[in-house]
Amino acid sequence: MKILVCVKRVPDTDTRIQISADGTTFDAAGVRFVMNPYDEFALEAALRLKESGRASEVTVVTLGDESAQETLRGALAVGADRGVLCRGVSGPDGLATAKILRSAVEAQGPDLVLAGVRSVDGDQEQVGPMLGTLLGWACATCVSEIEGGDGVLIAVREVEGGRERVQLTLPAVVTLTKGPFELRRPSLPGIMAAKKKPLEVREAEVVSPRVRVVALELPPARKEGRIVGEGPDAVPELVRLLRDEAGAL
Amino acid sequence: MTRVLAVLEQRDGRLRGVSAEVVSAAAALARDLGGEAEGIVLGGPGIEETVHAAQAFGARRIRVGSHEALAHYRPEGYAEALAGMIREGGTAAAVLFSATATGKDLAPRVAALLDLPLAQDVTGISGLGGRVRMVRPVYAGKANATIEHDAAPVLATIRPGAISAVEGISHAEIEPLSLALDPERWPTRRLSFEPEGGDIPDVSEAAIVVSGGRGLRDPANWAMLEELRAALGSEAGLGASRAVVDAGWRSHSEQVGQTGKTVAPRLYFAIGISGAVQHLAGMRTARTIVAVNRDRDAPIFRVADYGIVGDAFEVVPRLAAEIRARKES
Repeated sequence: MKILVCVKRVPDTDTRIQISADGTTFDAAGVRFVMNPYDEFALEAALRLKESGRASEVTVVTLGDESAQETLRGALAVGADRGVLCRGVSGPDGLATAKILRSAVEAQGPDLVLAGVRSVDGDQEQVGPMLGTLLGWACATCVSEIEGGDGVLIAVREVEGGRERVQLTLPAVVTLTKGPFELRRPSLPGIMAAKKKPLEVREAEVVSPRVRVVALELPPARKEGRIVGEGPDAVPELVRLLRDEAGAL
Repeated sequence: MTRVLAVLEQRDGRLRGVSAEVVSAAAALARDLGGEAEGIVLGGPGIEETVHAAQAFGARRIRVGSHEALAHYRPEGYAEALAGMIREGGTAAAVLFSATATGKDLAPRVAALLDLPLAQDVTGISGLGGRVRMVRPVYAGKANATIEHDAAPVLATIRPGAISAVEGISHAEIEPLSLALDPERWPTRRLSFEPEGGDIPDVSEAAIVVSGGRGLRDPANWAMLEELRAALGSEAGLGASRAVVDAGWRSHSEQVGQTGKTVAPRLYFAIGISGAVQHLAGMRTARTIVAVNRDRDAPIFRVADYGIVGDAFEVVPRLAAEIRARKES
């Protein structure tokens, strides 16, 4: 089984957001970029399937500019076999992104596509199921565990109020949420080996985006709160304030 | 006539509370655009009976598609049936879903089938001059993006709790529709469902959230938070910081923050949580925030409305007792 893992380069989660002068984009100056944390779960799941002998090859693909090569090299350093950079713009139109990734999937011919359930920048939570639908494949989202036999995959989905077990007939697209798949750290030999692994650069298909960001703004600041007091003796006053002043109880 | 469609959600044959919110959002948008709202619901046979709960929220009619294979959510069947029902009757200005686990799985599939862009987790939607404008949080709520789609209908999922359900004067007609579907072709199959959390609402849906962080020192100490949660009543849920989820103390389903859930409850208790920027992103839209922390300089106090500097092990049991006493008096 060949696995394709879709990854995205995103601002580190501890980044404080600054808006560019144009008022519609994020100012990336001085920001550290990392692999999207949910994509790390997908990559780890893929590497474990390979180690268990169920997968023969793990390819990582990303849509982005040249800087995304660093993210792909990071994936190669922990054990992915090949990287593919679709050189293009990843914007707010998830369907445009899914169409570009569909071309990459068709070119690579995997049996299973894994991706994070969402990216922590755009928070769109849509590219995986769109890609699955465009391909006409089975798809499960928000999955924390996967296991399987020949030609099928069992996935556990985290949904409100519980966990749903579903069976997917391959080929399939699965998006991962947090579960046991904490991404391993690269070793020094891994980092050295990554430099020699194949990294293909292809021009992304041009798909006109149909989503426009009219404004990007910081949320209004919260007004400074107050310390009601110290220790348990402050509790009665806190409860009074919550009831009489905030109307929250 | 401009139409705005609302996709209602049911679980186990019962309409979910968020469905009233999505119909209300559709009705408000339809008013902005000078049109009418319509509801759509899918389910197993007999699902019409449960739709009455949504009749008073401002839709002109509710179309009910039923098929025995749709009693539980089946992604391919739901997406295919909905895409058909949306295409029918001409172009609508917008189609709104709930941004629940099901809605966020379903809407992208429908969008791909109809070749339309989608906005997930929208917190504000309005129509002006025939255009639909939406606001959605990005970077887990560290910023808000205002967006427009250059295609019709505009597809969006509406974050639960973001738009209040408002009863209207209209009383929707119910129009049953039986669907022709071929479940044999669907490549996914639901095997089982294990409920989790009992009667406690999910952190993303709870009106009150009691969240714990590393300051609680040990997973066994969650019993104390559970006691406070129970004192607050059935609308309260439990949350957790990323640090304790990473440590394996609590499940990811409770995690609040950038790599967890974004919440907007009426009241949020941050107990032993220092307030990393990722956590603040996930809870800063709570209406009232209370922090209990030993460290007076913890960043959580800068966003909290009310704070107590002190040991959670002394403050929380007292808080639970006090709330219980006030409720009984």
